[in-house]
Amino acid sequence: MAEPLLAVESLVKRFGGLVATDHLSLAVEPAELHAVIGPNGAGKTTLIAEIIGELGVDEGRIRFDGHDITHRPTPVRSALGLARSFQVTSLFPDMSALDNVALAVQAHSGHSFRFWRDARADASLRDPAHDVLAQVGLGPRADVLAGNLAHGEQRQLEIAMALATKPKLLLLDEPMAGMGTEESAQLVTLLKSLKRRFTILLIEHDMDAVFQLADRITVLVYGRAIATGTPDAIRANADVRQAYLGEEEE
Amino acid sequence: MLTNRRFVAVASFLVLLALVPLLARFVGGEAFWIKFATRVMIYAIAAVSLDLILGFGGMVSFGHAAFLGVGAYAVGILSAEGIANGFVQWPVAILASALIAAAIGAISLMTRGVYFIMITLAFSQMLYFLGVSLTAYGGDDGMRLANRSRFPGLIDLSGDVTFFYVVLAILIGALVAGHRLVNSRFGMVIQGCRSNERRMRAIGFPTFRYKLAAFVISGVMCGIAGALLANLTAFVSPSEMHWTRSGEIMVMVIMGGMGSLFGPVLGAAGLLVLEEILSSHTQHWQAILGPILVLLVLFAKRGLFGLIDGKSAEKPAGLTGHG
Ligand SMILES: Nc1ncnc2c1ncn2[C@@H]1O[C@H](COP(=O)(O)OP(=O)(O)O)[C@@H](O)[C@H]1O
Ligand SMILES: [Mg+2]
Repeated sequence: MAEPLLAVESLVKRFGGLVATDHLSLAVEPAELHAVIGPNGAGKTTLIAEIIGELGVDEGRIRFDGHDITHRPTPVRSALGLARSFQVTSLFPDMSALDNVALAVQAHSGHSFRFWRDARADASLRDPAHDVLAQVGLGPRADVLAGNLAHGEQRQLEIAMALATKPKLLLLDEPMAGMGTEESAQLVTLLKSLKRRFTILLIEHDMDAVFQLADRITVLVYGRAIATGTPDAIRANADVRQAYLGEEEE
Repeated sequence: MLTNRRFVAVASFLVLLALVPLLARFVGGEAFWIKFATRVMIYAIAAVSLDLILGFGGMVSFGHAAFLGVGAYAVGILSAEGIANGFVQWPVAILASALIAAAIGAISLMTRGVYFIMITLAFSQMLYFLGVSLTAYGGDDGMRLANRSRFPGLIDLSGDVTFFYVVLAILIGALVAGHRLVNSRFGMVIQGCRSNERRMRAIGFPTFRYKLAAFVISGVMCGIAGALLANLTAFVSPSEMHWTRSGEIMVMVIMGGMGSLFGPVLGAAGLLVLEEILSSHTQHWQAILGPILVLLVLFAKRGLFGLIDGKSAEKPAGLTGHG
């Protein structure tokens, strides 16, 4: 079988006495939409931070697209084709939506030691940025400052910025966080359109969305992967029902 | 960026500035006014250089006067050693500022927030004390230069009016270069780092090298201002590197309007004029200057330049401001 695009191998991360990632292994196959679910505090966001390199790991390895990236800095991982979105919106609030995305495009079009030409008049940055904004449904809002966008729009922009780097693997950390039902439905449509075009690791609390979208699901509890499988297999898994799905009522 | 109103304001200010040598003839005290306006422009260059990293890059360097000193001492020391040739002095001033900015920046930029402020302050105070200890070059008292930099075959700077226009040309050059820079790809990266450095790294920018480059560019621009300052007064002294001088440059930037490039020019003019007026009336002029600055910061958040377009331009709600 071909090598997975991302292979997380027995990863360990401790915060003092707390083991946030506990000998976690996980593989994401090319073109797959792989969801990670688990209760609050299970270590999902920590996992994303480890994969993108914002957090160092204590043990284990991360392989991505043929490279051992365990100790590579974040910008290098980005250049190799990893991109993340943030659970807590993280934009350039004082720049327009278009500028936000254009910066992400710029990050992947050579070095930026270019001091003279007006970057805002550079079609090679602006055109792709417009395209990505249109894809996520923010086309008409291009000139609005990111900080002035509605919450749902900011969540769309989060995804747009990750998309603009043309990643091989898209890490989405609870993209629907804080969204209303209608906005969530729109986002599910967007994610469906991205499925197959991108390999996606999706962290999400919204179970309906996850079971609709995912090819495979990994269930994380206390930093450990207690099960991985197809949505049907996960639904049927007794451990999962007990550890997680059973407590859904909260 | 540059609205029409702002463009008109900038252009009229620069034209007015260019006419100072003529106007001074009618007002009287010609020599004084020309020198004073030249001083304003030199500090304006320093303030613009600080605005590049403070206003656009969010790097609160509290030691920028160090580069004034480096530029000034490069000229002063060479001059004392008998090298009056500006074709040597000025490139050395630029190179020395670049190297020292690279060293200070490489270390300071590993820290954030208050630590960055403190460490840049510490470095500048180290250079200040180095200047004080250079007894061969005047030590505490500073030293007099035999003459201004010589540019044989190019220009004779010994006349105050000539020197005034050279400084004006350099100021305009700094503003144009700065304007291009902040709107270039490089400038977008610097502004992205101010806004959200974590996101910048996540989308793929190795931010450190860009911030360091900005710090060096800013240091060089300030070093040039230092070289000009040594030429203006034909005098160099450690006091140009004292932390209070760094504070003044920062006040010029904030008073004029951070992140506006031209604002700091107004800030430099405003602060130096206020100092001049107040100090001629009372010894306790600083006690009056303080409250004026506080009022300005409270009621004109975007500085003097911000007053020009009146409306407080669209700013996102809940934006906490810089660093
Ligand atoms: N920087 C940190 N320092 C200490 N503890 C942390 C840190 N980040 C996360 N944690 C802890 O690690 C655990 C996992 O957190 P997180 O990955 O955010 O969970 P999730 O995203 O699954 O809700 C939580 O108990 C959290 O409190
Ligand atoms: Mg989380």
